Amino acid sequence: MFRNTYDSDNTVFSPQGRLHQVEYALEAVKQGSAAVGLRSKTHSILLALKRSTGELASYQQKMFRIDDHIGIAIAGLTSDARVLSNFMRQQAMGERMLFNRPMPVNRIVSAIAEKAQVNTQEYGRRPYGVGFLVIGQDQSGPHLYEFSPSGISYEYYAMSIGARSQSAKTYLEKHYESFMDSNLEDLIRHGLHALRETLQQDKELTINNTSIGIVGPAGEHEKGVSAEGSFRILEGEKVDPYLKMMIPKETNEGAGRTAAAADPAPGDEDVQMAE
Amino acid sequence: MPGEMAHHPQQRQFNPYSENGGTILAIAGRDFAVIAGDTRQTEGYSIQTRYAPKVFTLTDKAVLAVNGFAADGNMFVKKVKQRLEWYRHAHAKDMPLRAIARLIQTMLYAQRFFPYYVYNILGGIEDDGTGAVYSFDPVGSYEREACRAAGAASSLVQPFLDNQIYFKNQKAAPGSAHPTHLPLSTVIALVTDSFTSATERHIEVGDGLEMYIVLASGSSGQGLEGVKGLRELSTKGEAERVFVIRRDLKKD
Repeated sequence: MFRNTYDSDNTVFSPQGRLHQVEYALEAVKQGSAAVGLRSKTHSILLALKRSTGELASYQQKMFRIDDHIGIAIAGLTSDARVLSNFMRQQAMGERMLFNRPMPVNRIVSAIAEKAQVNTQEYGRRPYGVGFLVIGQDQSGPHLYEFSPSGISYEYYAMSIGARSQSAKTYLEKHYESFMDSNLEDLIRHGLHALRETLQQDKELTINNTSIGIVGPAGEHEKGVSAEGSFRILEGEKVDPYLKMMIPKETNEGAGRTAAAADPAPGDEDVQMAE
Repeated sequence: MPGEMAHHPQQRQFNPYSENGGTILAIAGRDFAVIAGDTRQTEGYSIQTRYAPKVFTLTDKAVLAVNGFAADGNMFVKKVKQRLEWYRHAHAKDMPLRAIARLIQTMLYAQRFFPYYVYNILGGIEDDGTGAVYSFDPVGSYEREACRAAGAASSLVQPFLDNQIYFKNQKAAPGSAHPTHLPLSTVIALVTDSFTSATERHIEVGDGLEMYIVLASGSSGQGLEGVKGLRELSTKGEAERVFVIRRDLKKD
């Protein structure tokens, strides 16, 4: 009811006790294309759907490497994602320099959560418009975290963010108990099935619009992975063997491969800040 | 007391540098590079440690040896590695060797008025698959060469290399020419002999020798079979390969 009068200032609560600016920032995350994360006892993985503005354009990068043992997938304002991922890279390198060991994943997530919270409480600053799924491995094994611009972070067994991510969450909730003991290939297959749920009608996962990020020991189809199982991003042809592992959906999908991206519906873009 | 010398004005000041001894050496072959350093660290007449590495891998094609003031050397390597990590984040690939060489120059010159007291030698495989050695002075003057020795025993080792690698002051047998490139087994022998000889005559050199060998992709690796103390650092799947050989040197 009073939404409009209490929503311009970051530092003003609404009568219902809400900060509308922060909630609007969360909307920006929901507008980004979907990203899915899940983990097992040995691996943590990320899967992301890349968007392109049209047939002539390239697909927007959704995943970033932070350090050998940490990677992120983003949803929301790509420019904010760049700033935060740069900060994470600095933190990770600084931690290695000062303490001679890789940064624990929970600490790096707390660092950006802390940074994001400042922007929800200082006058004149706007919240970050991007959410992350962070995967990493440290002394206590593989991890998956969600970071949101409200400044909170949680650890998950499986999670998804971005447009139509609820459909992916439904799939993940149904199957998550089998993730812990899955091998890498099965884990990726589950992740792709979950990501597929977020697609619009007539769209499908292709080697061009799908990214897979993995941390943990090398899988069957992988070559040249380090002994420690460093974070790596699979794109293009490398994604193909995993796409082929997917089980076709029972419901009737469009016959033939329509990989061409139709014009996205308005309000359906990963918002790009003008340079 | 009569006979005392006149006292000159004295001033004490903190000396930020010290000399930690040791010697490093790098030789470039046609499709390989060898970068070696002894492992002794000294200060004055004392040995600080018998094993302090001076040679470090930067990428799977580049190896950096640092000599002079150990604290500056160690810190400089860490900073170079950080810059290479930023490059990897930005470009999703490793920095090529000649770019690393130029980067080292800019990093050293940035400290022109409080220098890193370090003599750097960068060795490895260039983009075009050839072996390369770049040597630097403490403020960043650099040059690509076929071979270079630096450190305490550089005045003993470099003339030996000039004769054995560049064939200076030596005439080829009539009707033949000096080889332009030496095979790996010969180079390893030259490096080993350089260090054993330097150990004999220089007190700051000894204890141990660490030799890094970087092979270009497609290189046969001939000359490495049956070598004692050989260890491969590269994980399978990489085109270039890096090996380390550790040897003992005299401890006296």
